[in-house]
Amino acid sequence: MTEAKQPIIQIRNVSKRFGKVTAVDNVSLDIRAGEFFVLLGPSGCGKTTLLRMIAGFELPTEGQILIDGQDMSHVPPNKRPVNMVFQSYAVFPHMNVTDNVGYGLRISGVSKGQIRDRVAEALELVKLGGFEDRMPDQMSGGQRQRVALARSLVMRPKVLLLDEPLSALDAKLRAQMQFELADLQDKVGITFVTVTHDQDEALSMASRVAVINKGEVAQLAPPSDLYEYPANRFVADFVGSVNIFEGTLTLDEPDKAAVDCPGLGKVYLNHGVTGPHGANVWIALRPEKIYLHVPGAGKAVRAAAQDAPDGHNLARGTIKGMSYLGDVTLYDIQLEGGQIIRVSRPNLSRHDQEDFTWDDKVSMHWRADSPVVLLS
Amino acid sequence: MSGPMQDWKSQKKPFAAVATAPVFWLALFFIAPMTIVWLYSFGQNAGPADIDISGTLDNYKRATEWLYLSIFLKSLAVAALTTLICLIIGFPVAMAITFAAPKWRPWLLLGIMLPFWTNLLIRTYALMALMGTNGYMNKGLGGLWEGASWLRTLVGMQPLEAWTPVQLLYNNFAVVLGLVYVHLPFMVLPLYSALDRLDKSLIEASLDLGAGHFKTFMQVVVPLAAPGIVAGVMITLIPALGAYLTPDLMGGTDSQMIANVIERQFKRANDWPFGAALSFLLIYAMFILIALQSMRSNKVKEAR
Repeated sequence: MTEAKQPIIQIRNVSKRFGKVTAVDNVSLDIRAGEFFVLLGPSGCGKTTLLRMIAGFELPTEGQILIDGQDMSHVPPNKRPVNMVFQSYAVFPHMNVTDNVGYGLRISGVSKGQIRDRVAEALELVKLGGFEDRMPDQMSGGQRQRVALARSLVMRPKVLLLDEPLSALDAKLRAQMQFELADLQDKVGITFVTVTHDQDEALSMASRVAVINKGEVAQLAPPSDLYEYPANRFVADFVGSVNIFEGTLTLDEPDKAAVDCPGLGKVYLNHGVTGPHGANVWIALRPEKIYLHVPGAGKAVRAAAQDAPDGHNLARGTIKGMSYLGDVTLYDIQLEGGQIIRVSRPNLSRHDQEDFTWDDKVSMHWRADSPVVLLS
Repeated sequence: MSGPMQDWKSQKKPFAAVATAPVFWLALFFIAPMTIVWLYSFGQNAGPADIDISGTLDNYKRATEWLYLSIFLKSLAVAALTTLICLIIGFPVAMAITFAAPKWRPWLLLGIMLPFWTNLLIRTYALMALMGTNGYMNKGLGGLWEGASWLRTLVGMQPLEAWTPVQLLYNNFAVVLGLVYVHLPFMVLPLYSALDRLDKSLIEASLDLGAGHFKTFMQVVVPLAAPGIVAGVMITLIPALGAYLTPDLMGGTDSQMIANVIERQFKRANDWPFGAALSFLLIYAMFILIALQSMRSNKVKEAR
């Protein structure tokens, strides 16, 4: 029998109920060895409960969790080959850095010399060399998080679980830690499973993301697929910002499709969607994929591109809101039908934000490969 | 704590306005009477109601004679044993309250505090009623004894001889039990407050790193609850050392504690100077305990 590469974590039909509340609802997913897996979802969606079930702090009401092929149903947290970095870091306040990082090794009876070497190695890995004798209350939040990381990594777990690892850090540090975590994961080769509610965090670090909604997996995909090919309205809306319009599928062939949206107009796509003709569908259009023009110019540009029949992928409206964010400017535009559409426009030159202002009439167009048709 | 509003040196008038009343209260009702008693301890009886403060150290000499010193040491031992038992019983109780469902916690705490709302004398007599030779404890034990006897006859064995009530009251056992009963809430409350502040994820982190429940308890819970343990020990040990009512009512002739001896000096013996000296020996001992504790906590702070 050839040994296929077995997933390091297998979650099989796992449900967790607290009284009448279902936190996790029949979730099945596999996490591959060596990947940076992110559980993404709004607060209260059950992602942390799922992580805590992998760690062993909660037991599934139904289903089972396998780690490295072993059923974990009756394995307590202290016997599982996983370690966790807690949201609060949970660094022991009565121990210095060395004792914190060496705690797990001391408990498992590793020799003193070996503890010293492995602690030094782990501290080097998280760039905390020279902090050996510091007490936690003499360290910043970022440093304490590194202690928590080193304390887990020193155990050489098969899987490292991270609960909202960056939520307590300020924006600059968070961006830096995102890269460092990805880099660290690459270096140690341990499977990372992270829980976050922050889509930027998920998109920048993950190799694959499971978007969780109301205890169920809404979509499991690599970050770019999640953004460009969302499976449903929840994912489209939760990951990034998006304009969603309801419409009817009027044309669906292998290489083209058209949707008639009362609020937006006729939308043309240069690929098929395999939905039933006449079906109720939703069009998702990202703000950065819409081009903004002075009135009338959109039609000409669209026609020149020749990627859609006349009268498709065009809209007109009035600017009702603007926010200048430096790199881009966001416009909230009221369409002729009354609905608001959001458009983001890169400030390619220093004066671009002066092109449009409140109450300007504008026209818009988008390319035929930009809209996404959602069936649910 | 160093903002301009917090610094009393730069806000002398408001500080004085706030501090005058309590300082006056303390001076009038605490420091003055204590000073008088302290002065008495250097005096001698000059008449039935007349004390001559002559500066003599005779009272202290007599107070440190073995007769009194042994009672003093015994009081310390009884108080220490009481404290230890309170700690052993109180820790699991405090843990249980900490880990109980949030909606239950106020009720459990109320259960701990309820005895405070009842007079100590009433509680002590109630406990004595339970423990007397005709009390419920003896009746319960007697019932068990008779049940065992009846079971023996069922299997054809000789019945046990008739139950003789156990002497539960008027001995050292009764004193320690009474003191534990009275002082347990003093131990549980500071322990609960320390455990409640303990971040539960620290316990989970310890489990996660491979420690079992016992190791987690010893390595994480106990060290982090140390301030609560010290506070609980002090707040139990000091009143237990000066306990008067419990040994008086529940103890036998050999279980008097230092407070009973002091009481006798002030009342029956009418020897106020000697009573004052004994009192101040007790107070000095408590000062030493408190000083040791504050030295220890300073050391912990410096080590940080």
